[in-house]
Amino acid sequence: MAHDTAHAMHPPTATGLDTRKLAIWTFIGSECLFFATLISNYLVYKGKSLVGPLPHETSQCLLHGQMTTCEPIFEIPLVTFGTAVLLFSSFFVVLALNGAQRGNRKQLIGWLSATVVCGLFFIGMQVYEFRHFYHKGLGYTTNLFGSSFYTLTGFHGTHVTIGVIWLATVLVLAIRGKIPAEKSLNLEIAALYWHFVDVVWIVIFPVVYLMR
Amino acid sequence: MATIAMGHAGAEAAYAEKKGLWSWITTVDHKRIGILYGVSAFLFFLIGGLEALLLRWQLGAPEKTFLSPELYNQLFTMHGTTMIFLGVMPLSAMFFNYFIPLQIGARDVAFPRLNAYSYWVFLFGGLILNASFLFNAAPDMGWFAYANLTSKQYSPGLNVDFWIIGLQILGIASLAAAVNFFVTILNLRAPGMKMMRMPMFVWMSLITQVLLLLAFPIITVALVLLMLDRNFGTHFFVPSGGGDPVLWQHLFWLFGHPEVYILILPAFGVVSEVLPVFSRKPLFGYAAMVFSGCFIAFLGFGVWSHHMFSTGMGPMADTVFSLGTMLIAIPTGVKIFNWIGTVWGGSIQFKTPMYFALGFVAMFIIGGLSGVMHASPPADLQQTDSYFIVAHFHYVLFGGSIFGLTAGAYYWFPKMTGRMLSEALGKVHFWLMFIGFNLTFAPMHILGLNGMPRRVYTYSADMGFGFWNAIETVGSLILGLAFLVFIINILKSLRSGAVAPADPWHGATLEWSIPSPPQEWNFAVEPTVDSRDALWELRRTKGVLPEPARVSGRGIHLPSPSYWPIVTAFGTALTLVGFLMHVTLWVILAGVAITMFGIFSWAFEPADH
Amino acid sequence: MDAQVATHEHAHPKPALYLKVALILFVMTALEVLAFEVSRRSGAPLHDLVQPLLNQILIILSAAKFALVAMFYMHLKQDSKVFSGLFVFPLIIAAVMISALLLLFAYLRMLHPTA
Repeated sequence: MAHDTAHAMHPPTATGLDTRKLAIWTFIGSECLFFATLISNYLVYKGKSLVGPLPHETSQCLLHGQMTTCEPIFEIPLVTFGTAVLLFSSFFVVLALNGAQRGNRKQLIGWLSATVVCGLFFIGMQVYEFRHFYHKGLGYTTNLFGSSFYTLTGFHGTHVTIGVIWLATVLVLAIRGKIPAEKSLNLEIAALYWHFVDVVWIVIFPVVYLMR
Repeated sequence: MATIAMGHAGAEAAYAEKKGLWSWITTVDHKRIGILYGVSAFLFFLIGGLEALLLRWQLGAPEKTFLSPELYNQLFTMHGTTMIFLGVMPLSAMFFNYFIPLQIGARDVAFPRLNAYSYWVFLFGGLILNASFLFNAAPDMGWFAYANLTSKQYSPGLNVDFWIIGLQILGIASLAAAVNFFVTILNLRAPGMKMMRMPMFVWMSLITQVLLLLAFPIITVALVLLMLDRNFGTHFFVPSGGGDPVLWQHLFWLFGHPEVYILILPAFGVVSEVLPVFSRKPLFGYAAMVFSGCFIAFLGFGVWSHHMFSTGMGPMADTVFSLGTMLIAIPTGVKIFNWIGTVWGGSIQFKTPMYFALGFVAMFIIGGLSGVMHASPPADLQQTDSYFIVAHFHYVLFGGSIFGLTAGAYYWFPKMTGRMLSEALGKVHFWLMFIGFNLTFAPMHILGLNGMPRRVYTYSADMGFGFWNAIETVGSLILGLAFLVFIINILKSLRSGAVAPADPWHGATLEWSIPSPPQEWNFAVEPTVDSRDALWELRRTKGVLPEPARVSGRGIHLPSPSYWPIVTAFGTALTLVGFLMHVTLWVILAGVAITMFGIFSWAFEPADH
Repeated sequence: MDAQVATHEHAHPKPALYLKVALILFVMTALEVLAFEVSRRSGAPLHDLVQPLLNQILIILSAAKFALVAMFYMHLKQDSKVFSGLFVFPLIIAAVMISALLLLFAYLRMLHPTA
């Protein structure tokens, strides 16, 4: 489009698209396969655990050294709340980007801070959840469910953590006035990564927590 | 017509090429990085070749005791792993690095520091993988490491761990480079170079990057799961905990099959450059070559279980994968016919690059034919795990990739070094390699069908395998001699070879329009292009072109050198090494800290300093 | 550093649209959880309808949420189709991979059980 090249970075690119934006989308495409493999691993082993605890059924499991009956391990209200927090964090970062593109420093900093807070909250929820499950008898090596669950959600949580660090870095830059409208792409790229992390959770939440 | 700068007449190179070790450590110049890849890869390739010679010596007669079974296992595992990950892939990377920017008319890749990072990570990965020999713990479970041989129970030593960590490190290098080259090809093409005007090498490289981006994440996860099984007590592939070893095979080959296309497509690209130039004819069926390449890559994700016909998947699965595998023969056949069509009726220049390119076509056809035979599950049940398979993949990987890449080496050596390789030595190299290669690998078809299994360290005298094995060992020695001749040719030519002009071969693509070797900025003025085979088109309209002059480089902006790539690469490697021995937490944390420090410093490094 | 490519000077959605998307996402999430809870309790209203279709309902809802975030928050609707291609193609490969593995491990094993 003509008006693109007028504002385009110098020198213009063969596709007319920003090189760094192209790079982050390429990376995101690759990461789709990473999470697809982890999700495949979870689904292939769904229902194949030899002992409990199990996600949605009562089972026999080893607790405090004794075989007992264990309740289904998932706590849907907590994780639903975490899911909502992550969804809203995507909304907040879009508002922050909107502020950046308009040169509205207050909007940028305010909503970006909210995004980072949401991200930290989500990580906190996961840490709490993992510890809670561990106390209910679901260790990392207890059964196939535990191994594949912790691996999948653990890697997702690692991506969230990296995203929080990245967004926090951009936030610090924004506070120091280093994200004017011409540099809003810096936030846009971080935001795309953040949305991807959210989108992966949109898949994980029903597949892991809700499907039978 | 293509516009090429003719330089400022008389302005001699006031620009001085950087010298010294530090300039190589901090380089972000794609050409230097290409040379780094090439030298490292060639050295690793020689190590892999030495491993092969040792294997062949052991197998040269029945019941030899030259190698113990344990050492034999280490050598064949490392031979395969080295040739694939430290040989063919980085040799291809040498050409990606050096020639993609030149062929698309760019000054460098999209992310020069990321490019350097990829190289250093690769080097560290290769060194760590080979360091396993120092611990007498080289990987010994076959290059595809089937579970549950790889479990802690059956492989208690560090061998498998070295393999896991080495491959993870190498995977990171490949993924970073793939993002880089993919974006470079899409975004840094010179004005007028539409996608369907790109050189075929660039197209095949682009498709290779897509395969890398989609396949490596799969092996990354598989390696993580295996490491968790071994060091953290999970049971992903351990039957006693409910796990299924066959899942490893699926995950591995989901990566592994696209990987073999990653190994061959660059050679396809090289040959698609060499055959037209040395036939003085454009590539036959350009569009068909592009689309067949894309089709091969896409289909390549749907055939992985043809490596698993003996695992009892059931008739439905066997049929689906068999059909898919046979289907892939079609676009491959299209390419072969197009290569033949390129040469047909051309004015053949019998120079060394052409010998190797023609050799590639012939050898790859043979390898492809045995491949089609494996595609039938009932036939494969006899062929799998026998020397028939060993024959197949050596014909496509050596007869294919190595012959193709060697053609590239002879073709592009003058551009990279400013010297011509000796034609006489080149032809000796070719014939020794051609004869040695076929003597080594053709009899394997016979041995395989006669029942010799692969990966055996010896065989009894009454099996009747001795004669052909002896022939193969002789063949391998001839191959060793061939590479010796190659090395002599390279060293001799670097010192006293004929000085190479910009365009010794009458080439069609942009790299031949600039001096040999190119100046750091590649093009004095960014070229514009309006057709395929830009240089031929230019000659058609403008007649004979003068030798391009070297210019001072004033006013040309280049990315500054940086040491953050190597620092970050070190941090990356250190983090993964921490998982190698008893999962040492402080090493992991130190690695993470260095990596993060490297990334932040890199991100905030001023653009020009 | 790089100047921004202003691809969206004209078609820039207003914050109000993003808020609507956020609320729709919230409602869809609530529906997912509702479907789960209904299918769990045999006495619940609509149980007999929802329970056999739970997985399909969840897939449709999550796919819709995925598409909304991708199209609006990640801006794919307004941006060049190249970006959409870079996202969709790997997703297709991913879907093929997940389906194939499920088929191979669950369904076909059911048809042809091995020892």
